[in-house]
Order: sequence, then structure tokens, then C-alpha cells
Amino acid sequence: MDRIAQAFARAGAQNRAAFVAYLCAGDPDFDTSLAACRTVLACGVDLLELGVPFSDPLADGLTNQLAAQRALAAGMTCARVFELVRALRSDHPDTPIVFYTYYNLVFTHGVDAYVRAARAAGVDGLLTLDLPPEEAGEVLAAGQAHDLKTVFIVAPTTPDSRIPKITAAATGFIYYVSREGVTGVRAEMAGGIPEAVTRIRAHTTLPVVVGFGISRREQVSQVARSADGVVVGSALVNCIQENLGHPARMAARLGAVASDLAAGTAR
Amino acid sequence: MGAAAKTAEPLDRFSLPDAAGHFGPYGGVFVPETLMTALEELGAAYAASKADPAFQTELRQQLRDYAGRPTPLYFAEQLTRHCGGARIYLKREDLLHTGAHKINNALGQALLARRMGKRRIIAETGAGQHGVATAAVCAKFGFECVIYMGAVDMERQALNVFRMRLMGAEVRGVEAGQKTLKEAINEAMRDWVTNVRTTHYILGTAYGAHPYPMMVRDFHRVIGLEAREQILAQEKRLPDELISCVGGGSNAIGLFFEFLEDLAVRLVGVEAGGRGIRPGEHAARFAGGRLGVLQGCKTFLLQNADGQIDQTHSVSAGLDYAAVGPEHAFYRDRGRIEFEYATDDEVLEVFRLCSRLEGIIPALESTHALAYAMKRARELGPDRVIVVNLSGRGDKDVQQVERMLKKQT
Ligand SMILES: Cc1ncc(COP(=O)(O)O)c(C=O)c1O
Repeated sequence: MDRIAQAFARAGAQNRAAFVAYLCAGDPDFDTSLAACRTVLACGVDLLELGVPFSDPLADGLTNQLAAQRALAAGMTCARVFELVRALRSDHPDTPIVFYTYYNLVFTHGVDAYVRAARAAGVDGLLTLDLPPEEAGEVLAAGQAHDLKTVFIVAPTTPDSRIPKITAAATGFIYYVSREGVTGVRAEMAGGIPEAVTRIRAHTTLPVVVGFGISRREQVSQVARSADGVVVGSALVNCIQENLGHPARMAARLGAVASDLAAGTAR
Repeated sequence: MGAAAKTAEPLDRFSLPDAAGHFGPYGGVFVPETLMTALEELGAAYAASKADPAFQTELRQQLRDYAGRPTPLYFAEQLTRHCGGARIYLKREDLLHTGAHKINNALGQALLARRMGKRRIIAETGAGQHGVATAAVCAKFGFECVIYMGAVDMERQALNVFRMRLMGAEVRGVEAGQKTLKEAINEAMRDWVTNVRTTHYILGTAYGAHPYPMMVRDFHRVIGLEAREQILAQEKRLPDELISCVGGGSNAIGLFFEFLEDLAVRLVGVEAGGRGIRPGEHAARFAGGRLGVLQGCKTFLLQNADGQIDQTHSVSAGLDYAAVGPEHAFYRDRGRIEFEYATDDEVLEVFRLCSRLEGIIPALESTHALAYAMKRARELGPDRVIVVNLSGRGDKDVQQVERMLKKQT
């Protein structure tokens, strides 16, 4: 079994949903980001979704936009993101790492070369926000050739008739975005999540994770009842943003928030 | 791959894009999943409207009575004399209601939004001309209207911000990145992803995810249809060259489309050379860019080696953009459309010259086309004919130009 499947299997065996944490690679700089990743990984995270910073993140809300800006300003590049993954791999050999990225950052290096390099660095999966399955032929072929898993999104606006096209393209897991909109913390949970997960499961045996707008333990608990995994991003990124220049406080806050959210995954 | 081999393939202007929105290797649909269904619905609604005679009749009437079509094809006698070469004609899109060609597309898409039952409209704007056109049609049809505009552009095109607000639009300033057109599009896309069930996004140029490049092109085809008839009536022959400025590429493809298969007519797009072709100093995608994917579509982009989008610069907000419409990229490969650029300094000079010689104040965007046309006219004999798309008027630019001229002296 690959690392992604293993992580979901482990969580399932413990009767809980997998905890998927999003952080932006290199936010606010390489070293602090590496420390932040290690902190959350020590606090119950099952799968790390690493945002690859892009100049024009049109699917992201303000929190993640600012995180990407900080990372790019601190000199984050494609090569440095791979370096970050290699550093994490040295002490986390079993934790799956999935890139959350935009297609130009993949395409510009040549899709096959990029996927091969990502796999070699220790990346397990690729979620490309602005790449629908219709345009993903090259990524699918490269993923197959180099054993990198693909992740695709189902949205509330996705009709049933489209779901098979999406599940057929995915090899890692399916990401259900719980609301129309961009990433970011929301006070209220979107409705219809269990129904959506059921609709997706009718077409695939891959794990289904739910994300976008989930920031509190109660929300995690609620989603964990129906989904195989729960994604939290902006709530963790906020811990970085609110403690810039205070590494000890940042680590403490990140650890506390991640542990609290992780506890919410129990069914 | 010589030019002769390329032109040997028959050119069928109606064969593109394919059903998935591709112009050869360019175009396509690169958007978050949340928007996929809306784009499919838009494509279907657009196809139905195109085949619906009642829709087409209403569009034609509105273009005539509200926008002021047809626009004249004007022989610019003074500019021609000044250059001492080819005869220069101006396609007077600057005379349209709201001041630029943008109204052709805004009207078409507003009628389409009404047909789809969407009563909230969003749009991006750079120079403000597309924003003003969208605000106008929203006022007229009673739609809620939100316009996204970079904070830098709001300052340099302040007059248009006031016009939009006067017509009832909400103008939201965008503070991200370099605060110009690209960031305004990002923000409009974010709004659309959030409100897609109720909202139609009136994209303002021949760019983005399918069906936008095709649809926006089609709404501007009227420019070339008229120009072709007019030049045949006035000169009794086709022109030698057509020249348009290219931001995303809507006024250019609108003029060029009817002439694509007339291989003797040279088609030239003029990009923004800014302060010169160095990273961050210009917006000439074909001079300094390479293939990439941005804001819905695969095309030529100004980007660094890592795929991060470069900053751009142009004196004209409407051309100050890192990407170019996919159909232009396709026809450039075929050698059918050629691309040149004009620098800020050249543009400022021609802006004053055209104002003084013809009594026509051109938009800074359109002045790029004019600057190259004047250079070109000098190279050609008086038996040659050039048609320039005067895509907009320069009222919006006079304060900015005044400030810049003061700085120069
Ligand atoms: C007058 C005018 N011309 C040209 C443009 C550039 O757009 P396009 O290349 O789509 O014609 C603009 C954009 O704002 C404009 O206002």
C-alpha cells in the first residue's frame, strides 16, 4: 500500500477520520515553515497538504494569499519546495505529503519532469486547483509513469453526471470542497456534506476528504462522521500569521490548535 | 517549418476553437471545479442565443440605438499627410457610447445574462472602459453590478471610477500584487467561485476559459464586418494592413476576424512595450513571454523561470497585462497575425500628435496601434491603405497624461 492509502487505513482502523493539515511551503520563510510542518506533524496530522506558493492564487482567500506572498518574498522557489519535502522526509518517512498547487507551476517545468522530480523528493500526490480532469491528460500519464497519486476536486456545483469523470481521474483521494468559494475560515459550516460524500462514494472506493471553511473542533467532529478525512488550512495558517517574528509562541499555538483539531476526528 | 509550409494549410476562421475551447495548443478550460458547470451552461446558453434570430435582432438593435453602431471608417487626412506614405483610416470605435469598443461585448453578454436569469453581474476592468460599459448595461437592464479594479488603475483612471459609480455600480479596489488588471481578474474569479449560482461574470476581453475567448470575439466581429464593407465602398478594395492594439486581444480579433482568410491583408497586433523589453518593464507577451497557464487559459505569458507571473508595466492600464488571448497566439504561430510593440514614450508623442493633427484624442491603448501605424505608413507608398482600430477615446487619460507631461518638463 502507498503512503496515502496507508494513512487513511490507519485512521479508519482507529475509527476516526484522517486529519489533513494544509500549510503553505516556505511561509513565512524556509526554516520557520519547516519547523511549523514538524510541529503539526507531531500533533496528530495524518496527511500534510503543502501549498506551493503562486503569484496568482485565484482559488484562495486572503489568508492563503498572504501566506503565499510571504513565502515568495522570502525566496521560495520550486527547488526550495522540493528541499522542504526532502527535509521532512528525513524524520517523517511514513506521512503522506500532497502538493496543493496551480497548474502553471507544474506545466512550466514540463509536466513529466516536474512529476518525476516531485516523486523523487518524496511527494505522494498532486492536487492542482485549476486543472479539471478534461485538461489533465499529461498529469495523469506522468502520475502513472512515476507513481505519483492524483487528487481531484468535487464541488457543490458538480452535477452527478460529472462525478465519474472526476473519480476516474483521481488515484489518491477525492477532495470535496464543502462550499462555493475560496479557502478561508468561516463561522458556519456548509450544509449537505454527508449527502455529497454519499454521492461521491457511489462512484469510487477512494477516500473522500472534505475541506474549505473548516476551522474548529466541533466542525471537524461533524465532518468526521461522514468523511474519510477532514482538511484544515486557514485556521493553521492564521497561527503563523498571528505570531510572525515569535517562533516559540508560533510553535506553541500551532501545536495547541492542531492537537485540538486532531482530537475532533474521532467518530 | 517555413512560412510557406504554414500558409499552405487552408485557413478556416470558423474552425476554431474546437468543442473544448482549444485553438491548437492554446486556450482550453483551466479553472477550479466549482466553475466548470457554470462555464458549460454559459457555453450552451451562448450557442442557443447565437442560433436564436430574436436574440440576434435585439442585439443588433441595441448596438445601433444604445451603443451607436455602425461606427464610421474615417480617412485621417492630416495623419496621412504628416506621415507622407500610406493612406491611414481610423475605425472609430472611440465614438461608441461609453467611449470604447468594450460596449459591443458588454451588451452581448448582458443580454445573455438576462436570458440565463442571472441578475448579478461582476466584471474586472483595467483602463475602466470595460467597467464603464458593464456598469452602463447593468443600469439599463436593472442588474446589480460589482466591478473589480486594481488600486493603481483606480488612481490613473479616476474619471472612469466616478462614471461607474454614477451609473450605480459598486467599484471594489484590489490591493493585492501590483494592483492592476491581473489582480482584478483574480478577485473577480474569486467572487464568481463564491456566487456562481446567481452571478454572471462579464469578462472584458478575448481571454480566459472557454467559451469566453470565442464569445467575446464573436461579439466584436461587428467591427471587422463593418470595416470590410466600408473600406470596399471607400477605396473599392481591401486594405493592405490592419493594425490594432492588443491587451487581451478583443478589439484586435474583432477587427481582424473577417479578414483572416484574405491572406494579402497584413494583420498586425501592437503590444505595450512600456519602458523597454526587460522583465517587469513592459507587457509585450510575444516579445518576452512563453507558454503557460493563467486565469483559465493556456497561452503566452510573462513569467519567470519558475512559473511565477511577472510584473508588467505600461502607460496604458488596458494593455498592462501578463497574458494574451489564445487565438492571437495560434495565428501568430501560423504567421497570420504579426506582433509589434510601441513604447510609452512613442505612445505619449503620438497621443499629442493625433490630438493636434486630427482633433481626436485617442485612448492610450489605441494610441499603441496608431504609433506603429504611423511608423509603418512612412515605409509604405501612398498607394497603400492602412486601417487602424481606434478602439477608444482618450478622455479618461488626459489627467494622467497631463501629470506625466508636467514631470517631463
Ligand atoms: C480603449 C481600449 N482599447 C483596447 C483595450 C485592450 O483590450 P483588448 O485587447 O481586449 O481590446 C482596452 C482595455 O481596457 C481599452 O480600454
